[in-house]
Amino acid sequence: MEAVIRVRGLSKRFGDFTAVDQVDMSIPPHGVYGFLGPNGSGKTTAIRMMCGLLAPTAGEIEVLGMRIPEQTELIRRQVGYMTQKFSMYADLTILQNMEFMARIMGVRRAEQRGRIRELLQRFRLEPFSRRLAGALSGGQKRRLALAAAVIHQPRLLLLDEPTSEVDPNTRREFWDELFLMCESGTTVLVTTHLMDEAERCHHLAIINEGRKVADGSPEALKGQLGAGVFAIDGPQITAIRNHLEGVSQVLATTRIGLSLRVMLMPGVVDGLDWLREHLAGFTAGIEPAGATIEDVFVMATRENGAKGAGGAGR
Amino acid sequence: MSSLLQALIRIGAVCRKEVLHLIHDRLTFGMVVMIPLFQLVLFGYTINTDVRQVPAGLVDQPANSFSRQLALDLEATQVLHFIARCATPQELEGRIRDGELSAGLVIPPDAEERYQLGDRPTAQLVVDGSDTMVAGALRQLANFRFAPGRTLSNRDTPQAISVRLLYNPERRAALFTVPGLLGVILTMTMIMFTSIAIVRERERGNMELLIATPIRNLELMIGKIIPYIGIGLLQVSVILFLGVLLFAIPVAGKLLEIYTVCLIFILANLTLGLMISTLARNQLAAMQMFIFVFLPSMLLSGFMFPFVAMPRVARQLAEVLPLTHFLRIIRGIILRGEPLTGMGADIGYLLGFATLFLAISAFRFSKRLE
Ligand SMILES: Nc1ncnc2c1ncn2[C@@H]1O[C@H](COP(=O)(O)OP(=O)(O)O)[C@@H](O)[C@H]1O
Ligand SMILES: [Mg+2]
Repeated sequence: MEAVIRVRGLSKRFGDFTAVDQVDMSIPPHGVYGFLGPNGSGKTTAIRMMCGLLAPTAGEIEVLGMRIPEQTELIRRQVGYMTQKFSMYADLTILQNMEFMARIMGVRRAEQRGRIRELLQRFRLEPFSRRLAGALSGGQKRRLALAAAVIHQPRLLLLDEPTSEVDPNTRREFWDELFLMCESGTTVLVTTHLMDEAERCHHLAIINEGRKVADGSPEALKGQLGAGVFAIDGPQITAIRNHLEGVSQVLATTRIGLSLRVMLMPGVVDGLDWLREHLAGFTAGIEPAGATIEDVFVMATRENGAKGAGGAGR
Repeated sequence: MSSLLQALIRIGAVCRKEVLHLIHDRLTFGMVVMIPLFQLVLFGYTINTDVRQVPAGLVDQPANSFSRQLALDLEATQVLHFIARCATPQELEGRIRDGELSAGLVIPPDAEERYQLGDRPTAQLVVDGSDTMVAGALRQLANFRFAPGRTLSNRDTPQAISVRLLYNPERRAALFTVPGLLGVILTMTMIMFTSIAIVRERERGNMELLIATPIRNLELMIGKIIPYIGIGLLQVSVILFLGVLLFAIPVAGKLLEIYTVCLIFILANLTLGLMISTLARNQLAAMQMFIFVFLPSMLLSGFMFPFVAMPRVARQLAEVLPLTHFLRIIRGIILRGEPLTGMGADIGYLLGFATLFLAISAFRFSKRLE
């Protein structure tokens, strides 16, 4: 099937700073497509260009088969956009905000009430429908913003960090909603800087410093990881970490609870043996570990300053 | 659904949202009533200032050396300046009524005889009393002593000039001030409200949501000003009510004309404010621009100082301001009972102004974040 969003050579410069750099992308329909990248990597800028809110410095964008900027207004009727920063009217109630969005998005008059009620129920907002949007909790605000973004039953939903600043329960519910929407035929593009969220996506593009550094399904990305990942435990992991620091075969080390995750450079053959040999003087249990998206991220971004996943951690 | 209907629905949605903002923001809402109240009470009396070179007409019926001398000597006081000659006193009064002249000197055929006998005033100065400041200055000319060919002490010369006030004979300043305040208050509140209308969306972070919707620029602009038209007309009612109650301003029979003109003036100010709002980056900048427009409106439009007595450059500058045109119209209606048909140029200017600025705003507003 046709790609829902197709982007070629997309770049955005602010002055001499390049926020988005030569991105090519093709987003398939009916799935959750994730944009994973640390803060400041250009996710919001890219999504804004796809909504026609920012003009690209270079490149082409096609959304639902229509071109931006020529057909922006047509596209907007079929796209729902949830901004990273809460942008509903704080001095209007939930209901008033929803009514405003319904009218402005062209929901048929006869259907407005039913549609709003259905959404408020679905997002558990009905009890507060007369509360001012500004007085809502972080999670309620997010749910309101999502409800408003889907009021016109968009074919494509663009969500910019929809789950930052919400508790894990709300986040799980949120994702359940996203999968429901996918099942009913909506394509969802979601940005995140959270690794565990990225694992849930059907398809993933990893963005770093404005550049797309990897894409594919999470499984494929993990499978392609050309590096060994190992878990080390024992009483000496701090000393081990110091010992591994600066060793050329080691790509990254991460403390996780009582254990240490070590990722070796691609090309180190028989990693387990190499590690055992190298750590012979320490008391340590060394096991091969399954790759995670975080490992993929660290791997993909190692060229541009291999400082580990510091900016994109949990 | 037709696209026009959809557009109307979107405009309606913006309107309703603006009204909700207003209702929520009780402070702003209170200002709608409090500003007129305060200003009316504060400006109940105006400051008197020097008036010079008032444009006047001359009816010189004897047309002899005596009458010419009288006109020249009177002009030498610099209080008035004859810019037109009229054949009859009726023509003179007509031109005063139309606002073209502020005063006129009528020298009757028997002027010289009157002067010699000294029983009746030699000539009559007809003055538009609606501008109390101008009228006040011209009334001083009643003390003018005329001594052709002689340089005598003033004591034994008779009174040469009698002054007759055409409108507002009781010289009530409020009659002049209240219509002026109507204009000033509308300028102030209307521009102020709309100058933050767009900036506020930007500052509160709502802009990104709003411009990602299918609303068009013109729809947004129209939707934003409609609620304020209502607010403006409400203010007009408050001011007129207070004006009648406190100062007995005569409005009876002219209400339709007054509201029509006010509506046009409100539109001009709202669109000007809207344009400011598309220019300003934040609310502070919007306020500064508002003051940049408001101060000259106060000072140059003829509200504070008589228009006719201002230097030429100031008058030309003032012609740009909507308030100048509005004051001319509204004083004409309320004080002199001038018909609207005679004020087509001023009304046309206000309508053109509103259209132009609405277009500029819609054009300037960009549905982009940059
Ligand atoms: N309007 C702008 N002007 C200048 N720099 C900007 C602007 N918007 C974003 N940037 C910069 O572009 C980079 C990418 O920002 P953004 O797209 O918001 O990243 P992300 O959403 O991934 O956190 C950041 O360094 C940010 O400071
Ligand atoms: Mg962002």
